[in-house]
Amino acid sequence: MYYLKPIKMKNELIKPAGLVKNANRRQFLKRGTLSVATAGLLLVGCNDDEMMPMDGGVSLGSGDFGILNYAYALEQLEAAFYAAVLGGGYFANANAEEKTIMGDLEKHERAHREFFKAALGNMAIGELDVDFSAIDFNSRDSVLNAAKTFEDLGVAAYNGAGQFIESSDYLLIAGKIVSVEARHAAAIRDLINPGSADFAGDDLIDANGLERTLTFSQVLTAASTYVTTPIDFSQLPS
Amino acid sequence: MNLLKLLDTMCPDTKTPEERDTFFSRRDAFRQFGDLSKKMAMAAVPLGILTAMPKVAKADTASLIGVLNFALTLEHLEYRYYQTGLDANVITAADRVIFQKIRDHELAHVKFLQEVITNVLKGTAVAEPVFDFTAGGAFSPFTDYPTFLALSQAFEDTGVRAYKGQAANVKESDVVLTAALSIHSVEARHASMVRRLRTKKGLDTVKGWITNDSRGTLPAPTQGIYTGEENVSHGGVNVVSLTGIDAGAVSEAWDEPLTDTQVLGIASLFLA
Repeated sequence: MYYLKPIKMKNELIKPAGLVKNANRRQFLKRGTLSVATAGLLLVGCNDDEMMPMDGGVSLGSGDFGILNYAYALEQLEAAFYAAVLGGGYFANANAEEKTIMGDLEKHERAHREFFKAALGNMAIGELDVDFSAIDFNSRDSVLNAAKTFEDLGVAAYNGAGQFIESSDYLLIAGKIVSVEARHAAAIRDLINPGSADFAGDDLIDANGLERTLTFSQVLTAASTYVTTPIDFSQLPS
Repeated sequence: MNLLKLLDTMCPDTKTPEERDTFFSRRDAFRQFGDLSKKMAMAAVPLGILTAMPKVAKADTASLIGVLNFALTLEHLEYRYYQTGLDANVITAADRVIFQKIRDHELAHVKFLQEVITNVLKGTAVAEPVFDFTAGGAFSPFTDYPTFLALSQAFEDTGVRAYKGQAANVKESDVVLTAALSIHSVEARHASMVRRLRTKKGLDTVKGWITNDSRGTLPAPTQGIYTGEENVSHGGVNVVSLTGIDAGAVSEAWDEPLTDTQVLGIASLFLA
């Protein structure tokens, strides 16, 4: 199981989590619920090589469902962000165009989030806790730069995940969403530096005209700045 | 050029029973191409290292070549369009930086696809067609800037839907699929920027994203680019019913694919 940040445990036998892979752990958790795993492993032979039990974390799962949960996690993050934007001072004082854009983005990401939740059914991870304390929602610069980060990240995440999706149907669904995230990203970048080439900047697009892709690990690490719920992505395809 | 001829050059039929039998795990086979972007990064093409072709059925490679030649045709169209527009000086000075960037990307896409088809898949890259961007005299994109912008939007929005429509067809090659996705998102950025630019100039009221099946103020022959975009149901889930979010917003949140035939039907308006 891959942990993204240390987990504080009451049991002192357990050291802070690192990036540790343990097959036994995975098998155990496949059968047990999260609460059983937490209780069970605290008692059963916790040594230095054992995995850290998940305290309130989520596991994305494996295969296509794992990837859909990965997408769901990112959409949860984006939807929560834009909901917070709509409650902040930047939005309240924004011009008509930017109010429209932020309003649209909030609706789009919420639509994406609810879609994945419905599509995943009982395979869906729970609600993630977020921490936006690093963002000043009264500041246009802070909001737009955060939005740019999230949208660019989303595109790179979907682009990186595509090759691992087995089902053509799910690949198409991911494809239908990623281009919208790219449209969002271009719009945000144009708001930040209007009329420039930043909408499709060289920071993201290489000499072959290909936009960057990011791995599951890279994306979830970046997201962990804002998502406080630990996310186990160890079963995602590779 | 005749549309059927164009389709023929892209989709040679090489499927024999023997060829179908000779291949093993598609994904594993194509994985041997390695990471194309790393091989070709930094300096532009050509590829530094050409991976040997694994033992894969000719039919599968032929079908990949066909899809990439389809993409290459569209990239040829876009590159030639933007280069011609820049050369004709129809673009306002302030906006040139935008279209130089777009042109650079389309040229890079042309070269990239040519390299993949020729040197990785050992196929024949389709030649650049002769284009008529006036569509038989209907449009004057290189003397009228609003028209230039309108057709630019049309091409970019078409490109997004075209790549999306082919993703499943290149799925068997991780490397080709990833490259296609990586181009697809760039076209979407282009589309968003051009749409916003047209609205900023008061030529339309479109957003970076497509609302319902609206072509806005684009001419009627472009409606085929937007029909289908009003879809709000995905994987059997009606997202309007699910969320209570208005249909316009839900329609904006997903882009829809077009088939290669549909795309080439649109593109054929601009073939000489």
